Amino acid sequence: MLGKLNWSSIPFNQPLPMIASAVVALAILAILGWVVVKGHLPYLWREWITSVDHKRIGVMYILLAMVMLLRGFSDAIMMRMQQSVAFHGGGFLPPEHYDQIFSAHGTIMIFFVAMPFMIGLMNLVVPLQLGVRDVAFPTLNSVGFWLTATGALLVNISLVIGEFARNGWLPYPPLSELAYSPGVGVDYYLWSLEISGVGTLVAGINLVTTVLKIRTKGMNYLRMPMFCWTTLATNLLIVAAFPILTATLAMLLLDRYFGFHFFTNEAGGNMMMFVNLIWAWGHPEVYILVLPAFGIFSEVVSTFSGKPLFGYRSMVLATMAICIISFMVWLHHFFTMGAGPDVNAIFGIASMIIAVPTGVKIYNWLFTMYGARIRFATPMLWSIGFMVTFIIGGLTGVLVAVPPADFVLHNSLFLVAHFHNVIIGGVLFGAFAGYTYWFPKAFGFKLHEGLGHAAFWCWLVGFYVAFMPLYALGLLGMTRRLQHYDIPEWRPWLIVAAAGAVLILSGIVLQIAQLAVSIRRREQLRDETGDPWDGRSLEWATASPPPAFNFAVLPVVFGEDAYWRLKKLAADRSWSDQEPEYRAIEIPRNSPTGFVCAFFATMMGFALIWHIWWLVVAGAIGAFATFVVFAWRDEDEETIPAEEVARIDRINRAQRRTMLSGGTAG
Amino acid sequence: MSTVSFTEASVLGGLEAHAPGRDWSGPAPKRIVTGYGFWIFILSDIIMFSAFFASYVVLLGHTAGGPSGRDLFDLRSVAMETAFLLASSFTCGLASIAADARNTTWFHIAMAVTFVFGLGFLSLEAREFTSLVARGAGPTRSAFLSAFFTLVGCHGLHVSAGSLWLLTMMAQVFAKGFRADILRRILCFTLFWHALDIIWIAVFTIVYLLGSAV
Repeated sequence: MLGKLNWSSIPFNQPLPMIASAVVALAILAILGWVVVKGHLPYLWREWITSVDHKRIGVMYILLAMVMLLRGFSDAIMMRMQQSVAFHGGGFLPPEHYDQIFSAHGTIMIFFVAMPFMIGLMNLVVPLQLGVRDVAFPTLNSVGFWLTATGALLVNISLVIGEFARNGWLPYPPLSELAYSPGVGVDYYLWSLEISGVGTLVAGINLVTTVLKIRTKGMNYLRMPMFCWTTLATNLLIVAAFPILTATLAMLLLDRYFGFHFFTNEAGGNMMMFVNLIWAWGHPEVYILVLPAFGIFSEVVSTFSGKPLFGYRSMVLATMAICIISFMVWLHHFFTMGAGPDVNAIFGIASMIIAVPTGVKIYNWLFTMYGARIRFATPMLWSIGFMVTFIIGGLTGVLVAVPPADFVLHNSLFLVAHFHNVIIGGVLFGAFAGYTYWFPKAFGFKLHEGLGHAAFWCWLVGFYVAFMPLYALGLLGMTRRLQHYDIPEWRPWLIVAAAGAVLILSGIVLQIAQLAVSIRRREQLRDETGDPWDGRSLEWATASPPPAFNFAVLPVVFGEDAYWRLKKLAADRSWSDQEPEYRAIEIPRNSPTGFVCAFFATMMGFALIWHIWWLVVAGAIGAFATFVVFAWRDEDEETIPAEEVARIDRINRAQRRTMLSGGTAG
Repeated sequence: MSTVSFTEASVLGGLEAHAPGRDWSGPAPKRIVTGYGFWIFILSDIIMFSAFFASYVVLLGHTAGGPSGRDLFDLRSVAMETAFLLASSFTCGLASIAADARNTTWFHIAMAVTFVFGLGFLSLEAREFTSLVARGAGPTRSAFLSAFFTLVGCHGLHVSAGSLWLLTMMAQVFAKGFRADILRRILCFTLFWHALDIIWIAVFTIVYLLGSAV
C-alpha cells in the first residue's frame, strides 16, 4: 500500500533533524494559521498563487530562493562547526548525517537558491526593460515556478521522511547506484531535480522567446539593456544544457529502478560516461548562474556611475562568446580521469580562453566607473565587492585549469575555495545587488541603506575569513568532504573558517533585519517617482510597483539607454502634457494551472521515491486532467477598460512630471 | 519647441526616420510567439535525445557477452515502422492543410488516419520489444541493450504522448471549432509530430543501420 514507506523511515533517533524540522513545521503552521485567521487566504490565492503576472512570479521565485538560502546556510555553518571540532574524530555530526548535509548544501544552493534567485530577477525585470506588457507564455511561467517549488519541497521533505543523498551534489556512480546507495536519498535527489528541471526548462523557453520576439517598438537587439542580453545568453544555455541533465538523471533512475546498466560496474556499464554527461550540463550551468549576475552588475555600475556602459558592443560579444565556449570546457572537471595529455591540454587551453571574455567584462566595468561621480549605494557596494572577489576566484580558476596543477588540487579544499569564491563573489553578490537595486521597483519603497551597508560588510569580510583559509588547507593537502581528520596543522585554519561563517551569519541576520525594518518604515522609504536611482533603462519609466499591464502605452525606443535618453530630451525640451489616447488592454487571466500541476507533481514525485505505484498512476491521471481542463477553457484573457488604464496612468504621469520638471536628468 | 512623450503620436510626427526596419513592429503576434516558443522546446527535446544517442554510441560494443545489434535487429520490421511514421507525417500535413482551409471533416479524417499510422508504428515497436525480452535480450541484459531500449523507448513514449495529444486536438476541434488558440495548438502539434519523424530518421540510421554493423 505505501511502498517502502513505514514508521522507521522517520529518524526519531536523530535529535538534530527532528528538532530542526519540528521548528520549521511549527513556523509554517504558525504562518498558515495567521494567514487563515487574518483572512488573507483569498487574497494570497487570487493575487499570488494563481497569478500569471511576470512580476509576481519573479517575486515568488526570489522569496523561494531566500527561504532556501537559510536552509542551505544552516547546512553550511553546521559543516564548518563540525570540521572545527572534529580533530581526532568525534564532532557532533555522525558520518552518515554529515554526508547528507554536504550533499543537501550543494544541491540546495545551486538548484534552489542561485537558480530561482536569478530566474526571479529575470522574470521581474526583463519584460519591463524590453518595454512590454508580459512574457511570452504567462501561464507556463507560473507552471515553471511551481515545479521549481515542488523540487524544493521534496528536498525539504527528505529531512523528515527518509533521508537525503550522501554522495555529494552530483551523484557520481557507482556510489549512487542501488548496490551502494540502497536508501531513498538518491531518489529524493533525482526526482526533485527531474521535476524542478522541467520547471527551469519552461522558464528558459519562455524567456528566450520573450527576448527574441516580444520587444517594444524600436527596441532592436543592439539597444537592449545588458541584462536582457545576459538573460538571452543564460536562457539559451538553459535550453541547450538542461535537457542533458534530464537525460543523464533519467539514465541513473533507470539503473536504480529497473536494473539497467548505463553506469553500473557490471554488464558493460560505463560510469565515466555519467561524469562526462553531467558536466556537459554542469559547466554551462556555471555560466547560467553567473551570466545574469554579469548583467545585473552592468546595469548597476552604469546607473550608479551615471554613465553609459563602457564598450556595450564588446560586452554583448563577450556574453555571447562565453555562451558558446562554455560548452567546450566540461572536461576540466575531471582531468584526473586519465583522458591523456592531448585531451587534457585542449580542455585546459579552452578553459583559459573562456577567461578572456570575462576579463573584457571586468575592464568594461572598470572603464565605466573611470572618471565617474560614483554613488556608493548598496547595489554598487555589492558590485565593487564582486569585482575584487571575482578576480581572485577567476585567477585560482585559471590555476586549476592547468592540468598538472589540477592533478595536485583535484578534490581538495583549494577547489572548494575556488568555486565558492566565484559563486558567492559572483552569483550571490550579483543576486543581492539585483535584489536591493530592483526592490523599490517591485514594491514601491527602498530597502534601508544603513542596514544594507552593514550586511554587505559582514558578508564581504565573512567571505574572506571563511574561504581564504580553505585555499591554504587545500595546499596543505586537505581533501573535501572530510567528517573528521588527524592533522594538527589543519585545525587553526578550520577554526578561522568557522569564525568566517559566523560573520556571514551576522550578514544574513542584518539582511533579515533590513527587510523587516524597511517594511515597517515603508512610508519614509517610499519612492513616488518610480525612478529612485536615476535609472537608464525602461523599467524605471513606469510606476513602482508597476500596474498589471506595465505600460499604459508601449514606449518607443530610439537608442541605447532608452529611458535616460527620454529624460534628457524632456529636460532639454518641454515635457509633453498631452495625454496619450488610452485604449483597453488585454491581460492574461489568472490561472491555478501551475499550482495544481505542482500538487500532482509533488504527489507523483513522492510516490516514485517511495515506490507507491497506485499514487504514481493517480498523479499522472491528475496531471493529464489538469492539462485538458486548462486546454478547454474559453477565456484566457481579461480586459482592463480604457478608463481604468487612464486613471492608473494619470497618477504615474503626475508624479513623473513633478520629478522631470525638477530637472533630475539635467 | 518640440515635445516628448511616450505616445505613438510623436513617432508619427516625423521621428520614424530612425526606424530600423523590422524591429519597428513591436511585439510579435501570438501565432508567431507560440510557434517560435514551441520550436525552441523541440530543439531542447532534440538535445535530450542527443544525450541518449551519445550514450547509445558509447555503449554500442558493451554487450557483456550478450547479443549484439547484428544478432537482434530485424530491418524488415524497422522498415515498416519507418513507412508507418513517414506516412503519418504526410497525413498530419494534410490535417494542417485542412485546418488552414477550416475543413472540419477532412481535418478529422486526416487526423484519424495519422492516429492509425501512429498506432501501427507503436504496435510494431511493442512487438519488437516483447520479442527481444522473450529472447532474453531485455534492457537489463547489457549496457548496450539498456541504451537501445532507452533511446528507442523514449522516442516511442514521445509518439504515445503525441497520439494522446492528437486525440485531444480532435476533441477540441469537434467541441470548439477552429478558434485562433486551437489553430495555434494544431500548429504546435504538427511541429511536434514532424520532429518525431526527424528523430526517427536518426534512430533508423544510428541505432539500426550502424547498430546492425556491430
